[in-house]
Amino acid sequence: MSTAAITSEAGPLPPAGAAAHGAALGRFTQAILRNRKATAGTLILLIVVFVAVFPGLIARDDPQAAIYGQDLGPSTQHLLGTTLLGQDVFAQLIWGTRLTLIVTVVVSAIATLISMIIGVTAAYVGGLTDRALSLLTDIFLILPTLPLLIVLASYLPPGSVTMIVVLTLTSWAFQARQLRSQGLSLRARDFLAAARVRGERTSYIILVEIIPTMTSLIVASFLGLSVFVVGFAAGLQFLGLGNSTELTWGTMLYYAQQGGALEAGNAWWALAPGAAVAFMGAGFALVNYAFDEIGNPALRPVRKRRARTTA
Amino acid sequence: MRYVTRRAGLFAITLWAALTVNFIIPRVMPGNEATAVLATFRGVNPAALHALQIEFGVNVHQNLLITYLQYIANCFTGQFGLTAQRVPVLTEIISKLPWTLALVGVTTVIAFVIGTMVGVVSAWRRGGRLDGILPPMLFIVATFPVFFVGLLLLFVFAVWLNWLPLSSNYSIGAEPSLSLSFIGDVLTHALLPGLSLVIVTAGLWIYSMRNNMITTLAEDYVKMGRAKGLRSWRIMLDYAARNAILPNLTGFAMQLGYVLGGSILVEYTFSYPGLGYLFYTSTTDHDLPLMQALFLVYTLAVLVCVLLADLLTAGLDPRTREA
Repeated sequence: MSTAAITSEAGPLPPAGAAAHGAALGRFTQAILRNRKATAGTLILLIVVFVAVFPGLIARDDPQAAIYGQDLGPSTQHLLGTTLLGQDVFAQLIWGTRLTLIVTVVVSAIATLISMIIGVTAAYVGGLTDRALSLLTDIFLILPTLPLLIVLASYLPPGSVTMIVVLTLTSWAFQARQLRSQGLSLRARDFLAAARVRGERTSYIILVEIIPTMTSLIVASFLGLSVFVVGFAAGLQFLGLGNSTELTWGTMLYYAQQGGALEAGNAWWALAPGAAVAFMGAGFALVNYAFDEIGNPALRPVRKRRARTTA
Repeated sequence: MRYVTRRAGLFAITLWAALTVNFIIPRVMPGNEATAVLATFRGVNPAALHALQIEFGVNVHQNLLITYLQYIANCFTGQFGLTAQRVPVLTEIISKLPWTLALVGVTTVIAFVIGTMVGVVSAWRRGGRLDGILPPMLFIVATFPVFFVGLLLLFVFAVWLNWLPLSSNYSIGAEPSLSLSFIGDVLTHALLPGLSLVIVTAGLWIYSMRNNMITTLAEDYVKMGRAKGLRSWRIMLDYAARNAILPNLTGFAMQLGYVLGGSILVEYTFSYPGLGYLFYTSTTDHDLPLMQALFLVYTLAVLVCVLLADLLTAGLDPRTREA
């Protein structure tokens, strides 16, 4: 054990670093493959990303062209039937993936960034700054999200940019609170005291010293937010607060609801985009859940251990 | 006591923030939709028109601070102006309130009770049959958007099997009364919207309750209870569950905003004429006064529930009373 440590320290640095990197990646892949939830979730997300990048490979129809029969049922020509206007539902579903995924990822990324900065700053700086930022966080936590989203979206011109702005504004608070409590637990650590003694600026300490130690929590925040954002974005668009000329799963749902898809017996038109939203949300949730289990062994399934003790 | 005053302060500030959001948004948003909306309000009751002008900052030639204070005073006295149909906003809200209150209230309680109980039992018999099936399944279902669950139920029970009605809160032509047939009619209409909300929210309770229980079951006082030879249901409920439920109660209040948001989508999916559906129609009619008042109602609802959850937590956990 000790000899291994010595040889790796004595060896040339770059290869050793690369090997450690490779090993970490290998461990990561192994962790995903060993956890059933992680495997399923990763697979779902890979499928969604593939469809979002190469929709043309899967659906050849023009998603917006209203050139087919109206309200047709599923057939080999139209796997999921057609809309009231005679558009191919399957093509809409496939081509709508891209914008849905982009909005989700952009909002989750920006909101994670905001929650990180606010949460960690509150925890590290403390005092009045902490009180003010915590108060802001608490207010956003209590304000009901969807009503606030509806009010904001109603005043702004409909479109993806509005969607991204209002969703970001309303979704950072929960994660900010979590990151703050994590930041509080780090505050008294020696490496931060060392940085202060070196005379580093607060912004440097927060960005370079504290945030990198929270990588796993930040990834978990991103995943948790994504689950939430997929649903809320689709919900807003379903209510007609998106831009109805943009093709997303949410706007498909809106047109299906307005066109009385279920009543007309054209169930796939409404159910397919709903299922797609659920599918993508479940993908993020599964990976997030697995992440929890990998990080917190107490939550892992115990079936095997139990079998051994009873035997 | 300090805890209570601090919480009360937070509520006051949150309510003030909600009022301020309402006041600021029409003034800073591009396009000034408020002017266009108010232009349609010619020839209505001057007092109501004045309240609206204060709310949206149109044709108000006075100090912004005075307008702001006037707006807050108007909100506290319930003067929200008129809807696009020229009905007082407050009257409109009060007429729809009972439907949403009953739907959301009943389903939230059902989901909380079911979710907490399943969470307790599945953590207690960890790795057992219930624990292997329900938590993972409901956890995935909980991530489904509530409108998808609603559409699915609607398709199966209303379109395909044709057992339950497609939309609305009671049958067309039914006379509202306390007769058994009318109550039955209301219940059959509320069943699917309610079920959608229960399905989506119960999973969240199971998940958090199960995790809290697992942590609590490892505590020394649980071992102590076992060592004393207490009955297992007593350890499960009085020792473990009572402590494990505390974070869930706080979460309950936090989740309520989420549940209320879900109820808007559910009411829209089922055309169930409560506050949520009113909220939806206020956006399609560009009925800004109604929309803003509804936002306040929803905020107030969450605040009241957070307060109740706090009191309940204080009742169950002596530590919060001292802190």
